[in-house]
Formats: sequence, structure tokens, C-alpha cells
Amino acid sequence: MTAPASLDLTPAPGAASLPRMIAAQTRYELSGMLRNGEQLLLTLIIPVVLLTLFSATSLLDLGPGRRVDFLTPGVLALAVMSTAFTGQAIGTGFERRYGVLKRLGATPLPRAGLIAAKTLTVLLVEAIQAVVIFAVALALGWRAHGDPLSVLALLLLGTAAFSGFGLLMAGTLRAEATLAAANLVYVLLLAVGGVVFPLEKFPAGVRSALELLPISALADGLRQVLQHGAALPGKPLLVLAVWAVAGLALAARFFRWE
Amino acid sequence: MAPPGDGALALDDLVKRYGAATAVDGLSLRAERGAVTALLGPNGAGKTTTIEICEGFRRADAGTVRVLGLDPVADARALKPRVGVMPQSGGVPGTARAGEFLKLVASFHTAPLDPGALLERLGLTEHARTPFRRLSGGQQQRLSLAVALVGRPELVFLDEPTTGLDPQARHSAWELVGDLRAAGVSVVLTTHYMEEAEKLADHVVIVDHGRVVAEGAPADLTGAERQLRFRARPGLGLDELLAALPAGSAAKESPAGHYLVEGDVRPELLATVTAWCASHGVLAEDLRIERRTLEDVFLELTGRELRA
Repeated sequence: MTAPASLDLTPAPGAASLPRMIAAQTRYELSGMLRNGEQLLLTLIIPVVLLTLFSATSLLDLGPGRRVDFLTPGVLALAVMSTAFTGQAIGTGFERRYGVLKRLGATPLPRAGLIAAKTLTVLLVEAIQAVVIFAVALALGWRAHGDPLSVLALLLLGTAAFSGFGLLMAGTLRAEATLAAANLVYVLLLAVGGVVFPLEKFPAGVRSALELLPISALADGLRQVLQHGAALPGKPLLVLAVWAVAGLALAARFFRWE
Repeated sequence: MAPPGDGALALDDLVKRYGAATAVDGLSLRAERGAVTALLGPNGAGKTTTIEICEGFRRADAGTVRVLGLDPVADARALKPRVGVMPQSGGVPGTARAGEFLKLVASFHTAPLDPGALLERLGLTEHARTPFRRLSGGQQQRLSLAVALVGRPELVFLDEPTTGLDPQARHSAWELVGDLRAAGVSVVLTTHYMEEAEKLADHVVIVDHGRVVAEGAPADLTGAERQLRFRARPGLGLDELLAALPAGSAAKESPAGHYLVEGDVRPELLATVTAWCASHGVLAEDLRIERRTLEDVFLELTGRELRA
């Protein structure tokens, strides 16, 4: 055994700059997320499997048009939901339960900085997801078209809406309840949100209700742009904006840090 | 007493209620800069609530709080870099690797300690890549201590820092607290280990039912008084012994068969007690003269009944 290194414990306090703290927290969250097997299953493997499986086979009746053109926007919407909503709700819920949020609250990193780092992490993971999904889609014969800015606007509004409700759940429910509820919502919205099953298959009355879900609005909006070449589709953007405002306002109001 | 704002901690008439229960009930205390102050008290005495108010996690319902002369909530931004916090448990993500989390917190500071050297000092080097949830309880405690210290704070709050540590780790943590003090860091810790308070603290504050019941240097609290104890058969009549002892002495049997003589313990008193024993055919076993310990003081002040 060597003698322990001597430590200069003399006080030398000081907070790093806010951008540096946010960058450090983002790097930390991102590396944790990319190492987490369950997260990767949710964020990358399931979307890629759904895209490949239903593009390459005719297991599902996807309506007129090329299968991959219908599936790519839906799977992209699913990817946003899995990261911004499911992953964030579960991750943050357990951080709250284990006192991590409280502990970070005792460091110089302000709460706004923590939220900024979490948002950046979600956006970076989504960027990785988009690259992978587009690459797989291209390999399956999908051809990129549509207005990139409209896609970006839809993705950002969708992220805001899902993050709001993910954080609302994480900040109000017990961690186990969040885990169960976030997974349940994920499966339900995957089933009825027009991700891989076309909403046209539902009865008209049900369908118009389902179209108001954030996942349907995001999937439909992305389809209007990527499949049909529309720019800034009004109704999906409006629906997502309403969900985003509601989710973020509720989260800001009811989120408890411990 | 230092004027408010001058010390590490200045609490005046602090009150905190949770519903109908009053956790902190008019508590006032001072902690000097560069000193080790121990909050000692039974479970539920209000120690952790008091600490969490100082850390800015909770707001007091009444009273004033000054930490390094600042308000823990209003001046949080100025205060956070200067204060290290070790909570009672947890606070680290289960999946986080020990070394990475320590590095993360280090990166929030301008002149942090070297995380590697700190891990080494706390005997955690070989666990740097171990996820937090796979560390033993004692290792988790040590990492938590490292996280509190890595930013080179002026003041650290350690909430039961050695609970769950094995004897080696406890001694090493005590040594570290001593080094912090030597480096001029103010330390405020809670504990229910008397030995810990007696050994580490410059100033001990005994808290019960949300109030300060006694405070002072450990030696002042225990006093210079000595006492004499022995074991013998139960039910000895003590009146005759009392009559033989100098005025102001006291003798009692508690529990049965355990005798305690208090007063001015001098050689003559010892001789009186042993002579009395001899005349009653009593062999005083485990006869000893000792100073009061902090534990005696503590139990006198907070009672012997178990707390829920």
C-alpha cells in the first residue's frame, strides 16, 4: 500500500461558468443514456425493428403508397416519444426518488441549468435516432423529400409536448408508478397513434378523437411533409403546440424536486 | 458569541412544522468558522430538518438562518459553491459510476480537488468504475463524502457521515474531518455516536424535541466531575453509606445491583465506600472511578426511553 496522496483541503470555492456546467451535465447524461441497455432498446432498437419489419413484409395493410414512405415518419414520431416522454419520465422519476435531483440541487448547477442539460440530451439523442432511422429508411428504399424546416418545427414542438408530460409524470408520481404508466402510455400510443397502424382503419368518430393525440399529430404532420411534400402543416402543429403549452405549464406548476 | 453573520452558522428561533408535528421548535445556535460543530440528538430530534434548512432545501416557518452570513434560499447562488453537502443517504444515480459522478460534480467548480486523489484518500480507487448501486453501504457513504468535499468548500454539512461505516473506514473519516478542520474548513455534522462527537467536535450542540437542550465544548458538557461505580448484590441499604459520605454526595442503585456514587470523589470517599462494603460483607465488583461521558450527559438530558 502506498501512502494516500496528500490533498489540499484549503477552501477554494467557486462555481464554473453556466455553459461549462450545462456541457458537463449534458455529457454525463448522454453517456449514461447511451450506456443504458433498456434506453437503447426503447430509443433505437424498437423503432428500427418496426421500420424494417413492416417495410420489408406485408404483415400490415398500410394503405396506398410505398410502405417505407408511410412508416418512416411514424417511426420518427415514435422515436421522439420514446426519448422525450418515456425515457425522460422514467429516468427523471428515479433520479427524484433516489435524491439525485436534491443532491444536484446542492451543487452550483442551477435547476434551470439541469433542465437545459436534460433538454439538450434529449435533442442530441433524437438527432442520433433521426440519423439512424433515416439511414435505415434510405437503405429500405425511402427517398428524402419534404421541407426540412417543417420537419424540424414538428420535431421540436413534439419534443416540447412529450417532455412536458414526461417531466410532469416524473415530478408528481412515485417512481414505480411513473415506470409503469410511462411504458403503458408508450404501448397505447404506439398502438392507436398512427405510428405503424394507419388511423384510417379506425371508425370515423374514434379516429377524429385519436387525431388529437400528440403522437398522432406528430406522425401525421411528419407524413404530410415527408410523404406528401406539405410545408408547415397547420393542424398538427396547432395540436402539438397546445399539448406543449399544457404539458410544460403543468410540469412547471406541479413538479416536485424531492 | 460572534455577531450574526460572522460565524459559519447563525440560527435564531428556528421553527419548522410538518402538519401538526413540530420538527424544529425555536432552535438557536452558532457554529464558528474553522471549527467542527456536532449536532447530537436522538432520532427525530430535528437534526436533519435543521441541516436541510441550512442547506436551503427547506424553508423555516419562523426564525432566521444565516449560513456564512448569507440567506440559504435568497443567496443560494452565491452560497452553493462555498458549501459542501453530504446527505444522509443516496443522492447518486444507481447506474452512475462512482468516479464519473465525482468528476461531474468537480466540473461544476473552478478549483476542485483532483477526483482521483480524493477517491484514493477514501479508499475507493478500485471502485471508480463501479456503478453506485453495486457499492457497499460504507462505500456509498464514502463516495457521498467525497462529493461533498470535491469543490473545496468553506463549510461542509455532514449528515450522519459515519453511519454504516466499518471501524477502519470510520477512523479514516474522522481523520479526514480533522484534516478539514486543520485546513480551515468549517464542519457541521450530525451524529448519534457520542464517541464521534466527543472526539471530533470543538462544539457540541445537544438537540431534542427540536430545541437545543445543552451546548458547549465536550469537556465543558461532561464537566470535571468524577463518579464511582460498582456492582454488588441488589437491595443494599444505602442510608448508612450516605450518612458516612461527605455532604453533597449522592448514592443510588440503578439498575438493580449497579451502584453509583456521585460527589467529590477523593481517596477518602473511596475508602469510605470500600469500608462500608467490607462491614456489610459485600465484595464490590467492577469498582471504578470515571468521568461522566457525553453519553451520560446525553441520556440525562434526553431521557432513557426509546424513541419511536
